[in-house]
Amino acid sequence: MADVLKKVPVREQDAKVRATNFEEVCYGYNKEEAVEEANRCITCKNAKCIEGCPVSIDIPAFIAAVKEEKFEEAFQIISKSSALPAVCGRVCPQESQCEGRCIRGKKGDPISIGKLERFVADWARENGIKPKAPAEKNGKKVAVIGSGPSGLTCAGDLAKLGYDVTIFEALHKAGGVLVYGIPEFRLPKDRVVGPEVENVKALGVKIETDVIVGRTVKLDELMEDEGFDAVFIGSGAGLPKFMGIPGETACGVLSANEYLTRNNLMKAFDENYDTPIVHGKKVVVVGGGNVAMDAARTALRLGAETHIVYRRSEEELPARVEEVHHAKEEGIIFDLLTNPVEILADENDWVTGIKCIRMELGEPDASGRRRPVEVAGSEFTIECDTVVMSLGTSPNPLISSTTKGLEINRRQCIVATEDTGATSKEGVYAGGDAVTGAATVILAMGAGKAAAKGIHEYLSAK
Amino acid sequence: MFKILEAEQLSASVYKQVIHAPRVAKSCEPGQFIIVRVDETAERIPLTICDYDREAGTVTLAFQPIGVSTHKLLALKAGDEIADFVGPLGRPSELVTDDFEEVKKKKVVFIAGGVGTAPVYPQAKWLHDHGIECDIIVGARTKDLIILEEEMSKVGNLHICTDDGSYGFHGVGTAMLEKLVSEGHHYDLCVAIGPMIMMKFACLTTKKLGIPTIVSMNPIMVDGTGMCGACRVLVGDEVKFACVDGPEFDGHKIDFEQAMKRAAMYKTEEGRRLLKYQEGDTHHGGCGNCGGDK
Repeated sequence: MADVLKKVPVREQDAKVRATNFEEVCYGYNKEEAVEEANRCITCKNAKCIEGCPVSIDIPAFIAAVKEEKFEEAFQIISKSSALPAVCGRVCPQESQCEGRCIRGKKGDPISIGKLERFVADWARENGIKPKAPAEKNGKKVAVIGSGPSGLTCAGDLAKLGYDVTIFEALHKAGGVLVYGIPEFRLPKDRVVGPEVENVKALGVKIETDVIVGRTVKLDELMEDEGFDAVFIGSGAGLPKFMGIPGETACGVLSANEYLTRNNLMKAFDENYDTPIVHGKKVVVVGGGNVAMDAARTALRLGAETHIVYRRSEEELPARVEEVHHAKEEGIIFDLLTNPVEILADENDWVTGIKCIRMELGEPDASGRRRPVEVAGSEFTIECDTVVMSLGTSPNPLISSTTKGLEINRRQCIVATEDTGATSKEGVYAGGDAVTGAATVILAMGAGKAAAKGIHEYLSAK
Repeated sequence: MFKILEAEQLSASVYKQVIHAPRVAKSCEPGQFIIVRVDETAERIPLTICDYDREAGTVTLAFQPIGVSTHKLLALKAGDEIADFVGPLGRPSELVTDDFEEVKKKKVVFIAGGVGTAPVYPQAKWLHDHGIECDIIVGARTKDLIILEEEMSKVGNLHICTDDGSYGFHGVGTAMLEKLVSEGHHYDLCVAIGPMIMMKFACLTTKKLGIPTIVSMNPIMVDGTGMCGACRVLVGDEVKFACVDGPEFDGHKIDFEQAMKRAAMYKTEEGRRLLKYQEGDTHHGGCGNCGGDK
């Protein structure tokens, strides 16, 4: 009899092997493992896990179905709340959400809810199960700007309610951050993201790529000329931040967005694609979030000795625990309590190193984390030929600056109510990173869901 | 997919294609550009808009094949389709967006070099269509590289110059500008578009002559919407993104030396991929052109 306090371990690609390829790190559960793990669930009446889920999946119900090997039923239960279960099972920060609230976790390991969700979604895909088709069309048109997590969720929910939904995507491929940002080894594109996008299309959602709202067509034109009754803005937080230190425009200094987009969306790692990428020998990634981990692990796979430079200590790393753990296993070197002050370059303006200063932790700041303080006279140089800046992103002003009556705050974020996504402009709703600034896939999905409800209430009353 | 309606060679090195792209044709303005992705494996490449027809829903591109993706575009004929065509990108030219009464008072001279002649055309044409007269200097190394001569002569006072004297004025565009100024012409604004080195020297000359100058930067970019930050240019002491803040900037503030170094960032890798594309299956590193690293 297995120890019910311990979760069923998940099989992973060996760290040494995976450091040299872009194949998925985690293999996920097989049927037997999933059922065994599901059986650890005590199906709480007052399930805390549901409260921890931004899209409120009926977690005990789907796990109960897994126990009985009714995987299709489990999939339909999840699909009621989530359009992207195969994605969420892979990239959600479960430890701070559903699994963080799991009663089982009070003594022993929480149920591996994420891995079970992933198993159910993967099983459904492999067995050709699609989410339930929508009700009859109601004849109302809704435009969704951006095909990332919030846009796909909002579009999927509205389509299920019978709306005629068109997603406008600026890039050539649907998926937003799921295709340009998160790497293949964490979220396979053709095998996982593609089919989830297809599932949303199967609900009747149309996707028009290569349309930059604000440039190709203005939001007001969508409503006035193209007959959309409501619009959801889920355009994400696209603009990369830089530090503003000397030398930052040198060759070999890239934003994590550029580095990851070249590799993920444009598939620069694959010799058959034309997009080039900098093959650094020694890469320094500045930052400590999930994106920094993704950039570092990408650099490692492209053959570089890779360092993470982060100004606080390991405890404050904003990245998911699993990502930090994987990065360490693969051989990423963490230079913590270290902050860059200047980027050094040669006569051709190519990076030769990054000058840093040691930090120590002082009193807690506004974020509640201890503020890093420079240690005087502790400057030193890390030699490197590539620097990837992963300091976060801010929303793109393209839409807000070209739309009449759309209020934004001083961080360029669109102002929208949390419960319905309503903005200052009638009929226009917003959610995801465009409203909150850079956050997570699942929070964006939660916002897309709330906005779908808001739009439905608005158009039903109209 | 976007259909190519016409494909034509403009000069020894520059090609033109007319693409059916109604959304872009409807919204593009002089000064803006587009991004093309020829096929599934191609790069996203920024290209200049040479002309557009809102009624016909077409946009005319001009390009000079350099890397793999532009060679792939060159290989396509009328009737073929390209995978992606997105835009318009960047801000329209200030000539178009500034107060018209102010623009009307300005005497503008354009200096166009090589393929940079293409993005000058819609700007000059716009002025012409709005009843504003302008001077246009089109320069090239030699006669065979001059493009859009007929079109340009219809929208402004055209001055052709060649470095080797094979056609028009014998000398570079900036020498032509100095000649015009010495003959008593006065200019309130110069718009210089062409190779980085040409724009750099145009700016040195106009600084000397005291003519405010706008240049159009064409740095490396990926998405063209402000997302990647690859197109960072130093304007004065500020870092700007050419795709969303530009592509047109005050030429007297641009750090061209730095921009030229950044433009060369992927040269080795791009050259390697071009050789592989051109040599196809015969590419094995044997000839040594790629440096032997395949």
